[in-house]
Amino acid sequence: MSKANLLDRRRVVSALLADRKEALVVGGLGAATYDIAAAGDHARNLYLWGAMGGAVMIGLGLALAQPQLPVVIITGDGEMLMGMGGLATVGLQKPANLSIIVLDNECYGETGGQMSHTAASTDLVGIARACGIQNVHAISTLGEVEAFAKTLQDVAAGPRFASVKIDSANLERVLSSRDGNFILNRLRGSLGLNPM
Amino acid sequence: MHARADTAAEQAASWPNEIFAVLQRFEVRQVPYVPDAGHSQLIARVLASPGMRGIPLTTEEEGVALLVGAFAGGQRGVLLMQSSGVGNCINMLSLTQVFRFPFLTLVTMRGEWGEFNPWQVPMGSSTQAAFELCGVRVLRASHPAEVREVVEAAAAQAYNACTPTAVLLSQRLIGAKEFTK
Ligand SMILES: Cc1ncc(C[n+]2csc(CCOP(=O)(O)OP(=O)(O)O)c2C)c(N)n1
Ligand SMILES: [Mg+2]
Repeated sequence: MSKANLLDRRRVVSALLADRKEALVVGGLGAATYDIAAAGDHARNLYLWGAMGGAVMIGLGLALAQPQLPVVIITGDGEMLMGMGGLATVGLQKPANLSIIVLDNECYGETGGQMSHTAASTDLVGIARACGIQNVHAISTLGEVEAFAKTLQDVAAGPRFASVKIDSANLERVLSSRDGNFILNRLRGSLGLNPM
Repeated sequence: MHARADTAAEQAASWPNEIFAVLQRFEVRQVPYVPDAGHSQLIARVLASPGMRGIPLTTEEEGVALLVGAFAGGQRGVLLMQSSGVGNCINMLSLTQVFRFPFLTLVTMRGEWGEFNPWQVPMGSSTQAAFELCGVRVLRASHPAEVREVVEAAAAQAYNACTPTAVLLSQRLIGAKEFTK
C-alpha cells in the first residue's frame, strides 16, 4: 500500500511532539491515537478511542480553558471530515493557542483503507482557510513538519491548521489507555485540577 | 412571516434571567449553543457577559465534545439547544459515560403543547427517551415559577455529583411558535 515519497506517520508525529514542552495533545480515534502513544505516553495526552468527528471540538474547549498553553490536535482525514463544522467554529473563536494537524492518508485506514474524500476532491487546507483559519499549511516533507512543530509553542499566532500527506501503510497498533475517566483526570491532575 | 406573536410577553419573561443567574452562581464559563427562539434572551445575556463565552456551533454534537475539553481544562460549561438538536448529539453523548465529566444541557422543547409544525413533532416526542437511553437524567420545567429551582437542581447534580443532566424547558413555558401574521 505504501507509495514512494510519502511521509511515515510515526516519524511525523514524533517530530511534532519531540519538543512538546507544556503542550496538551488531543488524538483522534484510531491510528492518530496510536501514533501519539507511540511517541511516548504523557499525562497531557487526551487519547480518543471513539467520538469520531469530535477531536477538534474537544481541543477547542481545552484551548479556551487554558489559553496560555499550546493545545495540539492530531487526527485523521476521516475523523476530520466527520467534524468539518468544527473548523467553522474554531475559525469564529480564533483560539491563538490551538493547532490542528490532519494526518492525511486519503483513506479510512482503521476500517480497511477505503478511500476518503481527500483522495479525490476535498481540500481540507482550503476548507480550513475558508472557515477563517488564516495560518494554514499543506505539508508533504519532514522538513516542513519540523519547522511547523516549532511554531506549535507560539500561543499567540494560532489557530493554525496543517494537513500532512502521509503514506497509507497500516502500522502495528500502539495501545494507550482506553479508560476515558483515567485519561481525563490524569490530564486534569497535570494542570493542578482535582478529579471532580 | 415567522415572527412570534408573543414577542413582547417573551421579552418580559424573567425566567431566562433566572437561568442566567444560576449559571453565574455555578461559575459556568463556556456556553456552546445552536440558536433557538426560546433561548434567545438567555443567549443575549451570555453574549453580553464578560465572564461567560457564548460559542455558536454548526451542530449540537460539537457542544458535547467542547464541554469535555472545557472540563479537562478546568472550566464548566452548559449546552443550549432545542429538542431537534438532541438527535444530533446521540453518539457524542457516549462521552458522558466514557469520561464521566459534568454534563449539563438546557433544551427548549418543540413538537408539543399546541405545535403548528409537524416537522418538530417526531424528535420532540422522543427527546426525553433519547436522553434516557443515552444515560442522561431528565428534569422538566413547565411553569415560570419553577424554572429557577429546576435549573438549580440540575446544575447541582451535574456539577457536584457528575450526573449528566438535561433540563427540558417545555413549550408550554416558552409559548407555542405563532406562524400566522
Ligand atoms: C461514528 C463512527 N463511524 C464510523 C466509525 C468507524 N471508524 C473507526 S476509525 C474510522 C476511520 C478513521 O479514518 P481516519 O480518521 O482517516 O484515520 P486513519 O485510520 O486513516 O489514520 C472509522 C470510519 C466510528 N468509529 N464511528
Ligand atoms: Mg485516514
